[in-house]
Amino acid sequence: MDAMLSFQTVYTMWLREMLRFKRAKSRIVGSLATPLFFLIILGTAMGSSYNIENYKEFMAPGIIAMVLLFSSIFGGISVMWDREFGFLKEILIAPVNRFCIALGKAFGGVTTAMIQGILLMIITNGFGVHYKSLPGMLLSIPIMFIIGIGFISLGIALATKIESHEGFQMVMSFLTMPLVLLSGAFFPLSKLPDWLKIAVHLNPLTYGVEALRFTLIGESEIPIVVCLVVLTSFAITTTAIGGWLFGRMEV
Amino acid sequence: MNAIVTDQITKSFNGFIAVNKINISVKEGELFGLLGPNGAGKTTLINMLSTMIHPTSGTGTVNGFDVVHDSASVRAAIGVVFQGSTLDEQLTGWENLDLHGRLYGLPASLRKKRMDEVLDLVELSHKSKLLVKTYSGGMIRRLEIARGLMHHPKVLFLDEPTLGLDPQTRLHIWEYIRRLNQEEGITIVLTTHYMEEADHLCDRIAIIDNGQVVALDTPEKLKSVFGGDVIILTLDTSEDAKKLSRVYKEAGYASISTEDQTVYLSVKKSEEVVPKVFSTAFTSGINIQSMTVRKSTLDDIFIHYTGRGIRDNLVDDITYMKYKLQTKRR
Ligand SMILES: Nc1ncnc2c1ncn2[C@@H]1O[C@H](COP(=O)(O)OP(=O)(O)OP(=O)(O)O)[C@@H](O)[C@H]1O
Ligand SMILES: [Mg+2]
Repeated sequence: MDAMLSFQTVYTMWLREMLRFKRAKSRIVGSLATPLFFLIILGTAMGSSYNIENYKEFMAPGIIAMVLLFSSIFGGISVMWDREFGFLKEILIAPVNRFCIALGKAFGGVTTAMIQGILLMIITNGFGVHYKSLPGMLLSIPIMFIIGIGFISLGIALATKIESHEGFQMVMSFLTMPLVLLSGAFFPLSKLPDWLKIAVHLNPLTYGVEALRFTLIGESEIPIVVCLVVLTSFAITTTAIGGWLFGRMEV
Repeated sequence: MNAIVTDQITKSFNGFIAVNKINISVKEGELFGLLGPNGAGKTTLINMLSTMIHPTSGTGTVNGFDVVHDSASVRAAIGVVFQGSTLDEQLTGWENLDLHGRLYGLPASLRKKRMDEVLDLVELSHKSKLLVKTYSGGMIRRLEIARGLMHHPKVLFLDEPTLGLDPQTRLHIWEYIRRLNQEEGITIVLTTHYMEEADHLCDRIAIIDNGQVVALDTPEKLKSVFGGDVIILTLDTSEDAKKLSRVYKEAGYASISTEDQTVYLSVKKSEEVVPKVFSTAFTSGINIQSMTVRKSTLDDIFIHYTGRGIRDNLVDDITYMKYKLQTKRR
């Protein structure tokens, strides 16, 4: 009975995100243009200027991870708008477990993020990026899920603490951008100076990029097992924290 | 049994006391009104009772459960229609109701039935497939009420349910509120700026000012405290009004208030008082332009307790509501 109710709550919140997604479809697909430009222009330019072979292949998993990160953090932080527009009251007043609400929200957001990630994977494939194998591409999907859950919960946790739009801007410039730049999405990890190497290894997104690299192009500098352990621990930790903070929210 | 009991319940925001040691008890099945000017603390009280914010001190129970320690049980027993919009504007009206029904565990068939029922009530059936962001302010309000009624809670909080609605819709909502209360036995607490609404609907009314209950009784008792008549005198200037009210106070009239050049006297039997009122004014050299006598209304009682008319700072409700919606959308 209780499990049934919890499931119903998670499903309801997921359903809401999907209903919103349905209406924002064109905008969300359109938002794939930027990463695609990145990949095509930067990937081609860097590859030819520095004579790196297959730079586009190297960069593609990084770009996919970047899109997942943006979409997830944004999805989590949208709790802030729910508060702004009052809808948060409607869900906080409901006689349901708040952790389940947060979880439903996370699943909804991660579905959106994964749709974007998968689309980008397919499109880049069509644009001449050669991925290793179909099973590899399929295996990337659960990895996208773990990456998404981790960052979406981080977004939810932040949203419970952030008051205003300025706060949102701060998150975007002081969290999201550094996470992308310090993730190894654009450069190999081996030749970095020590300080940068440490920063990159402390960044959970790095392990997402590396894991996708492993499944998509078949090579990664960090062993896949390490990547999976770090990503999973990150996802569990942020979900626990995000769910807990969300449960204590006042409006 | 009491549906709601508060014991010295208090809320302060950074030292500002919004609700100050309020003790009320609402009986099961009662329709209870909270009346008070803007900023009196009505919404804050409802937010505490609906577990949305924690009291700074004091306690409250709803349906027998403590609002802090057993908030989950409280939430399971209540429904709330908040003062501002809490709809998802990116979704249609229908979708908003559907999600609500799911959150409250209504099975599909019952959900559908209730949705049709409440959409019909607020006359939004034909708009239910449109996005809420295309709704007018009044339509948003109506949908909000419809949603709050959908799950038939034990205790229903309505924070200014009919603010900004046209008279016809308001009548429908009143009818439905009363039906819910009488036929379903739902305890209802509502706040309102409309005196006739409180008078018409409520079994008992608490008048709240500056976070405190200043009067609490049935509308009839409240009105009968001063015997039921109001004498309204229009004078030449507001100075005259102030002066005359002082004179009357010294002469022993208990309930006097002034507004510009008008003096209101609440009295038991106007026929005995009117001659004295005239002679007193005459002897103090104040000219009376006109005089009206009428049965006292809840408005008069309200002015007596809070020192101001309930709508002094509510130019008109639609403007007020639009303002509220706009400030939220910024
Ligand atoms: N979150 C908050 N932070 C600071 N002050 C607050 C907060 N919420 C309410 N207040 C203050 O508490 C007082 C009571 O507010 P409340 O909203 O309860 O009034 P109200 O009786 O509902 O008024 P209205 O009729 O305008 O809805 C106001 O002075 C308000 O400014
Ligand atoms: Mg209020």
